[in-house]
Amino acid sequence: MLATMDVPAALSALAPRLSPGAATALNARRLSGGASLETWAFDLDDGAALILRRRPPSALMSDTALPLATEAVLLAAVRPRGAPVPEVVHVCAPGDGLGEAYLMRRLEGETLGKRIVRDEAFAGVRPGLARRCGEVLAAIHATPLEGLPPLATSDAANELQRYEAVYRDLRPQRPIFEAAFRWLESRAPPLERPVLVHGDFRNGNLMIHPASGLVGVLDWELAHLGDPAEDLGWICVNSWRFGQWRRPVGGFGDYQDLLDGHAAAGGGAVSLERLLFWQALGSLKWGVMCLMMYASFASGADRSIERAMIGRRASEAEIDLVLLMERLG
Amino acid sequence: MITHPTADELREALAGIDEASAGDARAAFLARVADNARATLEREAALGPVAEAAAVARLKVLLGVDGGFEALNAELCARLSDGRLSPLDPAVLAHLQASVIDQIAIDQPSYSGLMALAEPC
Repeated sequence: MLATMDVPAALSALAPRLSPGAATALNARRLSGGASLETWAFDLDDGAALILRRRPPSALMSDTALPLATEAVLLAAVRPRGAPVPEVVHVCAPGDGLGEAYLMRRLEGETLGKRIVRDEAFAGVRPGLARRCGEVLAAIHATPLEGLPPLATSDAANELQRYEAVYRDLRPQRPIFEAAFRWLESRAPPLERPVLVHGDFRNGNLMIHPASGLVGVLDWELAHLGDPAEDLGWICVNSWRFGQWRRPVGGFGDYQDLLDGHAAAGGGAVSLERLLFWQALGSLKWGVMCLMMYASFASGADRSIERAMIGRRASEAEIDLVLLMERLG
Repeated sequence: MITHPTADELREALAGIDEASAGDARAAFLARVADNARATLEREAALGPVAEAAAVARLKVLLGVDGGFEALNAELCARLSDGRLSPLDPAVLAHLQASVIDQIAIDQPSYSGLMALAEPC
């Protein structure tokens, strides 16, 4: 293994094994984005456009994130089902000098949610996007579980317990979160049939092309087995509507289009009520995540202004929860 | 205990910003966050005391006990957590709504959830 993890050099050394006509890697550049994972874009000298996704040696593995090799196996498993995901070309071995990493073909499109919900370039694809998200989720949820790598199973009650335990450890005094834990606990739907759930299916993790719409579902590190309504609810959390709150699905579409697309593609009937339960749980999870990130500031682990200020976003989850408690009862 | 980043903590984080790294994309991002933090501190100074006094007045009626904001808020949390108060009790919800409207006005006044809450069903 290379002592210093020189990423461009390691990619060049790997190039001939990625494509028979390639001798070297060009234009390797780190893309902004993931806090725990690095994304690099690069080209091969035969013209192939690729992406490297790697866990930097310094990154701590969170207890819920999947190993990258598992993520690569999931991409290969859902692709034949019709789910648009990047094609994996190589899963790195220790001798590749890149650490825990895999390589995939680069897709053309936009992932910045704010642009996707506002820019004129996406006006043509926005009206069909919610239905398409439903169809794609149905394809993911229909993935045969036999042959998948080991994945945790989590139902609504498990998710609530997990996040309440994190919340209790932080010992905050936030009555809206207290109310929401009890409210959701009394409504947690049983898990009827566990399916492959993406776990972070939201505007921001979707690659959208101005002409062809949804071309890639990214960031599979939170995939697990669970309730299909978990993915349908998560993309409706107001925090990822980028101000377009009247368009509940990702800031670009309506509930019914999402549910219709999911049902039409064989996803089985999911009620709006069940989706809204998971949307509310999603807001609660996001609120607890904001407090967790702030806790790393409070403990001294990360004294950046970014970590402090994210704690002030917990109130956005709270206002969304109050609205849902009032309207859903 | 953490409840949310206090004004003192925000000031401390602002004081710790490394001006030497100015120029790269990360520094530009942090500069925008710092501007938001300074605006939050200004709103908190202007709106915080009134919001807290209003919360204390509501909590005294809701809980039937006396005390300062921290003690009353902790009592509300305890009663919600152990079920003595229902999350859907209209008086509870009215207090939670009034409190979060005041808090979002300090933390993130442009957040769309505020507009959604103002819209009739």
